Amino acid sequence: MIDKLSLIAVYPEMILLVMACVVALFDLGVKSRTRTATYLLTMLTLAVVAALQASYASSGQTVYAFSGMVVSDVMGNWLKCFATLAVMVSLVYGRPYAADRDMLLGGELFVLSMFSLLGMFVMISGSNFLVIYMGVELLTLSSYALVALRRDHTLSIEAAMKYFVLGALASGFLLYGMSMIYGATGSLDLQEVAKAISTGQIKQQVLVFGLVFVVAGLAFKFGVVPFHMWIPDVYQGAPTAITLMIGGAPKLAAFAVMIRLLVEGMPGLAIDWQQMLMLLAIASLAVGNLAAIAQTNLKRMLAFSTISHMGFVLIGMMSGVVDGQAGGAGNAYSSSMFYVVSYVLTTLASFGVILLLARNGFESEEIADFAGLNQRSPLYAGIMALCLFSLAGIPPMVGFYAKLAVLQALVASGGAMHIGLAIFAVMMSLIGAFYYLRVVKVMYFDAPITASAVVAPFEVRAVLSLNGALLLLLGLLPGGLMLLCANAIKQMLAS
Amino acid sequence: MGLLSLAIWTPIAFGVVLLALGRDDQARAVRWVALIGAVVSLLVTLPLYTQFNVTTAAMQFVENTPWFERFNVNYHLGIDGISVWFILLTAFINLIVVIAGWEVITSRVNQYMGAFLILSGLMIGVFCALDGMLFYVFFEATLIPMYLIIGVWGGPNKIYAAFKFFLYTLLGSLLMLIALIYLYIVSGYSFDLLTWQKLPINSHAQTLLFFAFLAAFAVKVPMWPVHTWLPDVHVEAPTGGSAVLAAIMLKLGAYGFLRFSLPITPDASHEWAGLMVGLSLAAVIYVGLVTMVQTDMKKLVAYSSIAHMGFVTLGFFLFNDLGLAGGIVQMISHGFVSAAMFLGIGVLYDRMHSREIASYGGVINTMPKFAVFAMLFAMANCGLPGTAGFVGEWMVILGAVKVNFWVGTAAASALIFGAAYTLWMVKRVYLGPVANDHVKHLKDINAREFFFLTLLAIAVLYLGLYPKPFTDVMDVSVADLLKHVAQSKLN
Repeated sequence: MIDKLSLIAVYPEMILLVMACVVALFDLGVKSRTRTATYLLTMLTLAVVAALQASYASSGQTVYAFSGMVVSDVMGNWLKCFATLAVMVSLVYGRPYAADRDMLLGGELFVLSMFSLLGMFVMISGSNFLVIYMGVELLTLSSYALVALRRDHTLSIEAAMKYFVLGALASGFLLYGMSMIYGATGSLDLQEVAKAISTGQIKQQVLVFGLVFVVAGLAFKFGVVPFHMWIPDVYQGAPTAITLMIGGAPKLAAFAVMIRLLVEGMPGLAIDWQQMLMLLAIASLAVGNLAAIAQTNLKRMLAFSTISHMGFVLIGMMSGVVDGQAGGAGNAYSSSMFYVVSYVLTTLASFGVILLLARNGFESEEIADFAGLNQRSPLYAGIMALCLFSLAGIPPMVGFYAKLAVLQALVASGGAMHIGLAIFAVMMSLIGAFYYLRVVKVMYFDAPITASAVVAPFEVRAVLSLNGALLLLLGLLPGGLMLLCANAIKQMLAS
Repeated sequence: MGLLSLAIWTPIAFGVVLLALGRDDQARAVRWVALIGAVVSLLVTLPLYTQFNVTTAAMQFVENTPWFERFNVNYHLGIDGISVWFILLTAFINLIVVIAGWEVITSRVNQYMGAFLILSGLMIGVFCALDGMLFYVFFEATLIPMYLIIGVWGGPNKIYAAFKFFLYTLLGSLLMLIALIYLYIVSGYSFDLLTWQKLPINSHAQTLLFFAFLAAFAVKVPMWPVHTWLPDVHVEAPTGGSAVLAAIMLKLGAYGFLRFSLPITPDASHEWAGLMVGLSLAAVIYVGLVTMVQTDMKKLVAYSSIAHMGFVTLGFFLFNDLGLAGGIVQMISHGFVSAAMFLGIGVLYDRMHSREIASYGGVINTMPKFAVFAMLFAMANCGLPGTAGFVGEWMVILGAVKVNFWVGTAAASALIFGAAYTLWMVKRVYLGPVANDHVKHLKDINAREFFFLTLLAIAVLYLGLYPKPFTDVMDVSVADLLKHVAQSKLN
């Protein structure tokens, strides 16, 4: 079903692009301090886009457009739908915070968010090296600007600079790797590349050389060890609303790019990239969990925990192909997808609570700031506890099933070494449990420093409660989301 | 909705309601709702006993619906003669704990009561689950309420205790998780326990699985030498937490041996029985001696719990009917007796705010009614004939003598240690002249305390004088399990 120009595949992207420009112009006429009109228009657009993506996904079709440069498939549609929802939720949580910190003097927060979402869409849909690269750049350039949105705040600017320099380096890696593979295979189109590699006539050294750079570039974007240095600094330095924006939805896009480049583009090199991913995963699990113990800043702790969670995602990605047989691929990749989706859901809620507790002139990002939260607001302490137990992988929270899925894919994929890696992974998550529990301890066992009640606008309270409830609900009934991921990956592998 | 689902979800539903709607300023209403919840939860478990068919070893009250099909996990519940009493025991202890915490807990009452109700539902879930993943989810989920109970309402060193409890037990269960995943894959993608029990497994894999299960269950029981978390946790936990921990949570580990280790890896169980018997005897004798020198009452009872649980694991790995049935009876009786001991200490602690034996002396003079109960429970704790403590220990000792005279003798020595440490504590705390002014001003137990201590006393005496209802129920299932374990599963 390859059309030369199937515009229908990119309607959501077109809507998003047009509306981002409209919102930018429309905002010029908005005077309100909280930019309510701009916000509503943005949310309306995103809601339409999310609904459109969901309807595409449930139609179950795979459509290639622009001579195979972009693809709209079930996996992509669901990921785009989830990314859109994640951005919407981020905006709901982040707007009061941004308004308090002079980040809403213009409508940039909304416009840049929409552009970064557009970048994610392009990444997810790209079926061509250059298209994917363009998407990555659109996302990261918007993100640099978002991080620097509080331009009178030194820490943010420093974070933005670090992010920019390292991000540019990573993009360079990615582009360099892509160019090597292009040189070897003579094509930028992922399907052509896959075909060329499968002939076995391409020089292996050049391919693997290119692959190393592609994987390194991806690892940078994903934030896995040893390409993780920017994550803690940027998470901590960025305004919390923006941390949520870059720590949530983009993980979905990064996952999609990894699927597109490695699984769709270079399945013939699986034995090579699986080894690389394994090393990255081991290092991420170790460094992420061990370094998180030492943190006193909650945002920084969550940054290190992100690193370890991305290690788990990679474990799923490296378990697909065994001895050249891709029989377990569907199982493995869908486990990773489930992991990423549930991780993003948890991240949204946990940063949501951090944002909620931040007041004008007070960031509430030290772990100690959460002392006695249970006495001040049992609801928000409960939501945060759900997040933390989910991140620690304690049933019946959704995070447990994510770990279960990934670990069973790992054990299914091989012999003693993979079981050993599984044991290593659970031991590392035991260490993880320690620092998550420490936050629970602060919230529940310590006495509050301030007795002031936690106030939040109705919409934040509603969305946050729903978000927290989902963590538990998806833990009690994880079947639906698991099946969704399994079907999405099955279709992707079949096409 | 089946009876088992009802038994699991009734307390959880009440607990969730309390968490969601309870306010600190309505503590009175919260307590009543909790009490109603606990009573209803106990009532819904009664049909499980009255309608139980004692003539079959097959699973009863079975419920089986797909839970998440992606991994072929089923919501598969069912009980046999081994598990039925634990469900009733859990619901009963839960009711006692709710009554015991009535006036004692004054801060965040709704969270306290809610946590115990939810915990009780989760533990019942562990005893009913016939699906490996369902079992694991219930087994692990119990950590969360217990962690909060210890950490929020515990003693001065509660944070250390809460972390030690959580991380220690999590360590064991994570290894079991890998074992479950491994079984899922080698069994052709099934988490069904009954399928696993029929699955042939080679000797090497059985050994590894056996030790993975051992890691989880030995920590939970706890067996020597991974018992060190228990005294620390008991000392810091609130009275109700200690009671539930000793009465039910320790049994989750012992129960795991019956559902996982023995039937799934019978050959490895036989191969390593010597080790298990050795560790159990170490618990019985060494920990028995350690118990004697404790100066803290709660710590003393905690160590004596370890020694008593040593009898349970000893009985399981003798592979005869007396040993196995004795182990299970010991689990039930220890459930009543340890809960009674901890609640008794709680009664004293609420008045004196001290757990040190040295702070007491001559309590019988000022609290005569309470001292009678305390005496009775102490006798049960040292295994006096006619009390619950005697039946299980006696059966296990008989079973041990059948296997090896010296093992039996070593196990029997525990009766001496048990008598020694318990009676010595009784002497120092209750007997003699009034030791100090604090003891002099002690008030005897009120109606509420009298009520729950009476309930426990009835249970302790009933099980001791007429254990037939308990053993009758389990006979067929125990015989079936022994037959199953006797068959090699090597391929």
